[in-house]
Amino acid sequence: MLVKASFQAYRVIVLHEQASLLQENNVVYSVTPLQNTVSLRKFAMLTLNINGKDQELDVPADMPLLWVLRDVAHLTGTKFGCGMAQCGACTVHVDGAPLRSCITPATAVAHGQKILTIEGLSTDGSHPVQQAWAELDVVQCGYCQSGQIMSAAALLAKIPKPTDSDIDQALSGNICRCGTYPRIRAAVKRAAEIG
Amino acid sequence: MKRHLVLGAVVLIGLTAYASDLFAEDKEALKAFDTVQKVFQSPRCQNCHIPGDSPLQFDAGLPHAMNVVRGMDGKGAAGLPCATCHAERNPPASYGPHAPPGAPHWSLPPAAHKMAWIGLPADKLCAMIKDRSSNGDRDFAALIKHVSDDKLVLWGWNPGEGRAPVPVPHDIFVAQFKHWAEAGGPCPVAGS
Repeated sequence: MLVKASFQAYRVIVLHEQASLLQENNVVYSVTPLQNTVSLRKFAMLTLNINGKDQELDVPADMPLLWVLRDVAHLTGTKFGCGMAQCGACTVHVDGAPLRSCITPATAVAHGQKILTIEGLSTDGSHPVQQAWAELDVVQCGYCQSGQIMSAAALLAKIPKPTDSDIDQALSGNICRCGTYPRIRAAVKRAAEIG
Repeated sequence: MKRHLVLGAVVLIGLTAYASDLFAEDKEALKAFDTVQKVFQSPRCQNCHIPGDSPLQFDAGLPHAMNVVRGMDGKGAAGLPCATCHAERNPPASYGPHAPPGAPHWSLPPAAHKMAWIGLPADKLCAMIKDRSSNGDRDFAALIKHVSDDKLVLWGWNPGEGRAPVPVPHDIFVAQFKHWAEAGGPCPVAGS
């Protein structure tokens, strides 16, 4: 009955046999027939400020920021690790503070907040953290490192000369399966020197 | 002499009745404080009202993963604030049961007044709640506002999947808190 009511209430745009779109005002729902049921997914047009540029993006309303960045904005430097804010691989900055993008709905950061990804940290790898990372050859497999770098940059923005304890506390939410932690700590200190 | 004895008896009876009323009021207020204690010492509240600097999590009160710390302002470490993972609201259900919960200004009490009441007996908890030097300088009116309106407090009744809500309905808790506060916040006797 709910589906029938929905079909009466919304304009149905048939795309092909398996999927349709429902539209009301500016909200679009995708409709996927599955046996005798129909699943509805709400879409939204968002304006996200990513790396200094406003981007208009048409995405499912509950889509995590991570997937908007990777799959829609094609900024694949931010990584998917655990999908539940347990590993830190998806760390970006929002208004200068670190944020786990895998559990943040994109709609939550579509109100003018400034989103910074690893691609926007610098255009040429010249950010002190990136320089230090390269100088000390921190990376092993590299998968977690964009998250590590974003967390390190957020720490240094708050504490320009961090102690070992500051570094441990700030980066304890970023997991590195290769165990590059000693080099990460040394590189954060080197970045602080480079300034 | 007889007249004096009668007068004395009347005064005594009057005082006894007055005292009895007072004790009855206190008894009701102390009963209301039982409810307050039940709420304050539920996992949703006491997991962050801890004596050290490492918050707890889940109904079992396990140490928070990733060595999360209080920070001076109660909002986490400088490079790993609580808001890194705890958003302004609980994540959508489609994110699954393991995504961290969220509410506005997710934080612990600041280091300067930790309000650590986990495990406290009723008399000490009662004294701590009222003590303005340790409760963020809140009088009863401010305390009532805090437990009635603060969005982080209210999250305790809407903690999302995998966490038990505070075991007393919010409206009953606030009514009981007000009852206790309006009676002057009497505290149970130690060991009672």
